[in-house]
Amino acid sequence: MRRQPPQWRIEMLLIHCPYCDEARAEIEFAYAGEAHIVRPPDPSLMSDEEWQRYLFIRSNPRGRHHERWRHIHGCGRFFNAVRDTATDKFEATYKAGEPRR
Amino acid sequence: MSGFRLDQGGRIDRSQPVSFSFDGVTYQGYAGDTLASALLANGVMLLGRSFKYHRPRGLLGAGSEEPNALVSVTRGPGRFTPNLRATSVELHEGLSATSQNRWPSLKTDFGAINDRLGMFLPAGFYNKTFMWPRSFWDRLYEPAIRRMAGLGEAPTEIDPDHYGATYAHCDLLIVGAGPAGIDAALEASGTSKRVVLLDEQDEAGGGALSDPALWKWLEESLKDLAAAPNITILRRTTAFGYYHDNFVGAVERLTDHLPHPADGAREKLWRIRADEVVLAQGAIERPLVFAGNDVPGVMLASAARTLLQRYGVAVGRSVALMAAHDSGWRDIFALARAGVGVAAIIDLRESVDAALLGEAQVLGIAVELGHSVIDVHGRLAVKGVTIARNDGAGAALLACDALLMAGGWTPSVHLWSHSKGSLAWRDDLGAYVPDQPNEAVRCVGACSGKWSFGSGLVTDSLPTPRDQSRIKAFVDFQNDVTAKDIRLAVREGFKSIEHIKRYTTTGMATDQGKTSNLNGLQIAAQALGRPVVDIGLTSFRPPYTPQSFGALAGHAQGALFQPTRKTGIDSWAEENGAVFELVAQWRRARYFPQGGEGMLAAVNRECRAVRSSVGIFDASTLGKIEVVGPDAAEFLNRMYTNPWKALEPGRCRYGLLLKEDGFITDDGVSARLAADRFHLTTTTGGAARVLNTMEDYLQTEWPDLDVWLTSTTEQWAVIALQGPMARKLLAPLVEGIDLSADAFPHMAIREGTICGVPTRLFRVSFTGELGFEINVPAAYGRALWERLIADGAAYGITPYGTEAMHVLRAEKGFIIVGQDTDGTVTPYDAGLDWAVGKKKPDFVGKRSLSRSDIVAPGRKQLVGLLTDDPTVVLEEGAQIVADPAQAVPMTMIGHVTSAYWSEALGRSIALALVAGGQQRIGEVLYVPMPDRVISARISGTVFYDPEGARLHV
Repeated sequence: MRRQPPQWRIEMLLIHCPYCDEARAEIEFAYAGEAHIVRPPDPSLMSDEEWQRYLFIRSNPRGRHHERWRHIHGCGRFFNAVRDTATDKFEATYKAGEPRR
Repeated sequence: MSGFRLDQGGRIDRSQPVSFSFDGVTYQGYAGDTLASALLANGVMLLGRSFKYHRPRGLLGAGSEEPNALVSVTRGPGRFTPNLRATSVELHEGLSATSQNRWPSLKTDFGAINDRLGMFLPAGFYNKTFMWPRSFWDRLYEPAIRRMAGLGEAPTEIDPDHYGATYAHCDLLIVGAGPAGIDAALEASGTSKRVVLLDEQDEAGGGALSDPALWKWLEESLKDLAAAPNITILRRTTAFGYYHDNFVGAVERLTDHLPHPADGAREKLWRIRADEVVLAQGAIERPLVFAGNDVPGVMLASAARTLLQRYGVAVGRSVALMAAHDSGWRDIFALARAGVGVAAIIDLRESVDAALLGEAQVLGIAVELGHSVIDVHGRLAVKGVTIARNDGAGAALLACDALLMAGGWTPSVHLWSHSKGSLAWRDDLGAYVPDQPNEAVRCVGACSGKWSFGSGLVTDSLPTPRDQSRIKAFVDFQNDVTAKDIRLAVREGFKSIEHIKRYTTTGMATDQGKTSNLNGLQIAAQALGRPVVDIGLTSFRPPYTPQSFGALAGHAQGALFQPTRKTGIDSWAEENGAVFELVAQWRRARYFPQGGEGMLAAVNRECRAVRSSVGIFDASTLGKIEVVGPDAAEFLNRMYTNPWKALEPGRCRYGLLLKEDGFITDDGVSARLAADRFHLTTTTGGAARVLNTMEDYLQTEWPDLDVWLTSTTEQWAVIALQGPMARKLLAPLVEGIDLSADAFPHMAIREGTICGVPTRLFRVSFTGELGFEINVPAAYGRALWERLIADGAAYGITPYGTEAMHVLRAEKGFIIVGQDTDGTVTPYDAGLDWAVGKKKPDFVGKRSLSRSDIVAPGRKQLVGLLTDDPTVVLEEGAQIVADPAQAVPMTMIGHVTSAYWSEALGRSIALALVAGGQQRIGEVLYVPMPDRVISARISGTVFYDPEGARLHV
C-alpha cells in the first residue's frame, strides 16, 4: 500500500437523497455504477457468457442513465437515480428496491 | 509622449500621490489609478511586446479584456505574478511592475526580427516547418521557440502567500455591478432574499464609472445597497466559472492592492450556490480590423472614454476616431468636451444619425463618412494614419497621436455559456446573445444585447485598396493572429471555427479571445462565403479571466494537502526518532534507527529482536469493522471465500475477500466474539473500501439479512507483541485470560483486561513467531505501549516498524494485498487455495473462479525467488525472463513483487508473480537489470519455519 493521490473534484451537482429527502452537494455522495443490475441468485447456473455480461457489460447511453449513488457522507444509503449523461441533469432519484423509473 | 493627465476630472484622489516603478523607472500616479492609467498619464504608450512577432504594443482596452498590456508584478521574495493586465492592476505606493517578452528592453527588442520575417511565419508555421528531423524538435526547435515566443516568465519560488476559501449560499447571485446589476440588486433590496452582488473591479459601478452623468445615481444606489441588510457586495471578485445547478466559482482578491498587506489571505475562493443567478456582465467593445491596428496608441474608443472620465487621463493631444458604430462618436465627443484635441472622425458608414453630425459640427470636429483607415504610421506610437474612401480612392494622410476604434459591441456571454445556455445570432449586432437558459439564470443589461450605445454597421474588416495578403491587420492581439492567417486557414481547407481556432490559435490566448472571437468568426465566415451561424462557435470555458493556482488550491498544500491520520501511539514513535512513511493516509513508523543506523541496519536489528526475543509494533491502523446481528455469520459466509458458519466463538480466521471478477481485493484476520458478533480486520488502506462494498451488498443485494456494520478502526489501539518472549511479558499484565498454549491457542481471541483496561486479545501472528495483538480502547494505546516498553526492557523489547514487519511476513510467505497482488490475482494464483471454501454454494467472486481464462494454464502465480548470489537483493517491480540471451524486446514472464534482505536466513528473499510459476519450482530464471542480469531460482513462498513450529508454542 502506497500513498493515494488526493481526489480533486469540483463538487458542483446538487443531488436529492430520497432517504434524507434533501438536495445536498455532490461532495457528500459517491457514484456507484449502473443501477438495476441484480446479482444472479445462483451464479453457478450461469454460462460464462451470461456471467461475463453481468460482470462487465454496461449500457453506457448518451441520455437517460439509471445509476446508483451512495449518500456516503450523509445517511450512508445507496439509492437509484436517472441522470442525463449529456446534460448531467438529474431527472429523478428513488430508493433502492423501487421499480425502475 | 502622447497620453497626459488632465487638470481635472476622474475619480482618482489627486490629494494622494502614489509612486511606482515600471521597468525600473519611477513614476507618479494617484490613488484610484490603475497601472495602465498611471503609465498613460506619464506619457508611456509602449507597454508590451507581442507574443509571436514581438510587435510593440500599448493599451487596447481599459478593463479585464485587455490583451496587450500584460505585465509582471513583484511583491517581494517569492511573490512574483506574471501576465497581469495593467488595466486591472490597482496602483499602490511602491508597486513594482515590469514588461514581458522583450530583450534587452521594451524599446529595443531583438525578438522583433520576427516581425520582419512575418511573411515567413504564417498560420500553422510551427506545424509545417519543424516537422523534420524528429530529433531536432526536443533539442533545438522547441527550446528556441520557447525562448522566442511567449508571455511572462513562470515564478521560480514557492508562493509564500496563503489563500482562503469559503462556501456561500444565496437566493440571488448577481454577477457584475454595473447599472444593470445594481438595478437587479435594488429590485431585491426590499425583499427577504439573500443577495450577493459581485464585481471584478475595485469599485462597483461598471460602465457608470465612465459616465459622470451617472455618478450621483451610482452613489445613491450604492448607499441604498449598503443599507440593505440582505445584500452582500463583493468587490475585486471575479466570477470565473459557472457550473451545474447554479454553482458559481469566484475569486476575491484581498491584498494585492495594498502597499503593506497584513497577514491575511491573499485571495479567497468563493463557492457560491444560488437559487437564481442574474448575469450583468456587460459588453466588450470590438476592435476594427485594418493594417496597423495594433500600433501603440490605437485603442478602443470606450477605453479612451474610461481613461478620461474615470482616471482623468487623455490618450493623446490629437485623437482620431475610426468608427463603425455610434458609440465611438459619443466617446470622442466626451474627449473633445474635456478639451482634448480631436483630429477627425472617420466612419465606415456612408451616413450616420444627423444628431451625431450636428454635435460634431458644434464641437468643430472634421468628419469623413464612407472612409476607412488603411494604414497607421509610427512604430512605438501613432504618428498619423492614412485614410481612403471605401472604394479605395482618395488616400490622404491625417496627423494624429492616437486612434480610437469603435467596431460595435460583443455581449459578455461567457458565464451564460458555461451554464450551457443557448445563444442566438443577431445580424444587427454581429454578435451572439443569450437565448434559452439551462439553469435558473437570466441576463440583464448589455450582456443580453440590450444597450443604449446606438447602432452600427457590422463588418469583418475594413475595406482597403492594399493587397490583403501583405498587410498585418490583427484579429487576436494576444496571440498575434492576423486576418490573413484566418483567410489562409480557410484556403488550406479548414471549415469549422473549432479547427480554424486551433490552426491559427485565434482566441486561444489567456484572454480567450474576448476582443477577437467575433472578428475572427466573421472573417472566417466571409472567407468561406457562408453565414456565421453555419461555421459554429468555439466553447467558452472557465476561467473567465486567469486565476492564480494559489486561490484554487487554497489551504490544500503542504501539511494540509491531505489529512494525515495518526494513531494514539504515533507521538511515542515521533519522540523516539522513528522514520515515518505514508500508508494510505496513515503516517506509520517505518523503522526506529538508533545511534546513526541506516535503514538496513535498523531493520536487521528489529527483525533479530522479534525472532530471538520480543518486538512491539503499532498495528492500530488495521481496518476494523464490527459485524453484528443474527445473520452476521451468513453474511460473512457470502462475502468471504472462507467458511464462517462453523467458526466457534473465541476463534479467529484468516479471511480472503474477492471482487465478483474473482480477484483478491482485501484480506485480514477476523474473530468471532459471539454467535452474532464478529470483529473484522482489513488492510490499512482497504478499510473504507471494504466497508463500502459490504454496505453495498447488504443494502442492495441482501436487504433481508439482519446485520449491522460499524467502522471501529479508530476506536481500538492495536499493539502487536511478537516473539518467543511475548507471553512471558504479557502474562503478568493480563487478568481474566488464561494465556497457556492449550487454553489460548494460535488463532484465538479472548476478552479480559490488561493493566485494568478492557481488551480484546488476539493470539495471531504476522511474523511467524508466537504473537499477540492487543486491542484496547484507543485512548489507552500509548499508556499500554509505554508499560510494555518498560516491562519488556528485561527481554530487550524492541519497537519495530513497517519495514521489519514486511521482511518478517515475507519470510513466512504472507502476502500484502496490493503489493503481491495487483487486481489480477486470484486466490489460486496466490497459492491460497486453502482459504477458498470450495463446498460453499456461493460467495462473492466464486463464479468467476471457474471462468475459462481463470482456470487456463500459464497464469501468473505467486512463487518465491532465491537469487543465485545470496547477497543480491532484487528490485521490486523488476521484470523476469526465461532466456536472458533473447533479442530485445524480451518476452517477460513475470515480475518481482517483494524483495528483502532476510536477516534470519542470512540471504536475500523475494516473492514474484511468474507465468505458470507453481510448475516451475526449481527452475532458474533471469532478471535483466540495466547493468547486469541476475539469475534466481524459483522456490516455494515460505522461507522460514515452513512447519510453523515457532507459532504453536
